[in-house]
Amino acid sequence: MNLAPFQALLIIGMVTLGTMITRFLPFLIFKGLKANNSYLSYLGQVLPYSAIGLLVVYCLKSVNFKGPAYGNPEVVAIICIIILHNWKENTLLSIGAGTVIYMVLVQAVFV
Amino acid sequence: MHEKIKALKAAFPHTIPVLAGFTFIGIAFGILMNSKGYGVGWTFLFSLLTFAGSAQYMAITFLTSVFNPVSALLMTLMVNARHLFYGISMLDKYKGTGKLKPYLIFGLCDETFSILCSTEPPEDVNRHWFMFFVTMLDHSYWVLGSALGGLLGSLVSFNTKGLDFVLTALFVVIFVGQWKTQQDHQPAVIGVFCSLVCLVVFGPGNFIIPSMLAILAVLTISRKGSAEKKGLTEVEGR
Repeated sequence: MNLAPFQALLIIGMVTLGTMITRFLPFLIFKGLKANNSYLSYLGQVLPYSAIGLLVVYCLKSVNFKGPAYGNPEVVAIICIIILHNWKENTLLSIGAGTVIYMVLVQAVFV
Repeated sequence: MHEKIKALKAAFPHTIPVLAGFTFIGIAFGILMNSKGYGVGWTFLFSLLTFAGSAQYMAITFLTSVFNPVSALLMTLMVNARHLFYGISMLDKYKGTGKLKPYLIFGLCDETFSILCSTEPPEDVNRHWFMFFVTMLDHSYWVLGSALGGLLGSLVSFNTKGLDFVLTALFVVIFVGQWKTQQDHQPAVIGVFCSLVCLVVFGPGNFIIPSMLAILAVLTISRKGSAEKKGLTEVEGR
């Protein structure tokens, strides 16, 4: 441990504070606003879809397409998930199978 | 009481992928903290208070280098800026949740958001308690998983490589599910496209805030466009 305990506590406090600012801010800012603000309710309708898109890209941000596996495990696993989920529509099955396929690929195929 | 148990039972199945993901990533986090000299007590406290995986991983740098709380705060704001979108998306859903609301907002991590924005409980289940239990279960998986990692230290050595993909799989499944139920695919496409472009332009370390701005801009423009189109057809209709 490099920091003194009170310094470490302060760092943890800062990370907590930063996280809570990003989570509470929208609720604090828009508290006084009228419920029928049409722009905000528009954002509330479309943003969940855009945000999940951003989240998927965020998860894949560190995939290396220039080697050593060229992003193959990720692409194969995601295609399997999409096909499986279109076909069976079983959330746990799609997630479980996709993860197992990915683990086999990174552990045994694209080593 | 009965109402709460019913909500807990309805919530649990939705959180199983998160249980798998958080146990694994949590253990990995606890082990990492341990290897840097921060024992299970520190890990437990950190996960309980902050409940934000990516920020906590990032913060290990600040716990092991020169004391710099201001940078720690600013970096956290950058890493977690995407939560602003979750908040805006949940303004309506969290309305009227009363005394549960502060905790629901506190626990609005990626995984909780992805479940709550895409799931409605069965009609006979109390919606507020359902959202509470999804949040609380996710929170407890994270705290217990990371504490477990802190206890185990580096004892575990079975090959878990790739297990963290379970959370990516969760988000992909939610994306596909939304795609199938939503008529208008534009918001989803805008989300992926803007993020990809910004990832290429700004690189993996700095693309989130530009992506958010780009998404907001394109959504705003496309709303104007569709509103104008609507206005036009109304005029034509007369």
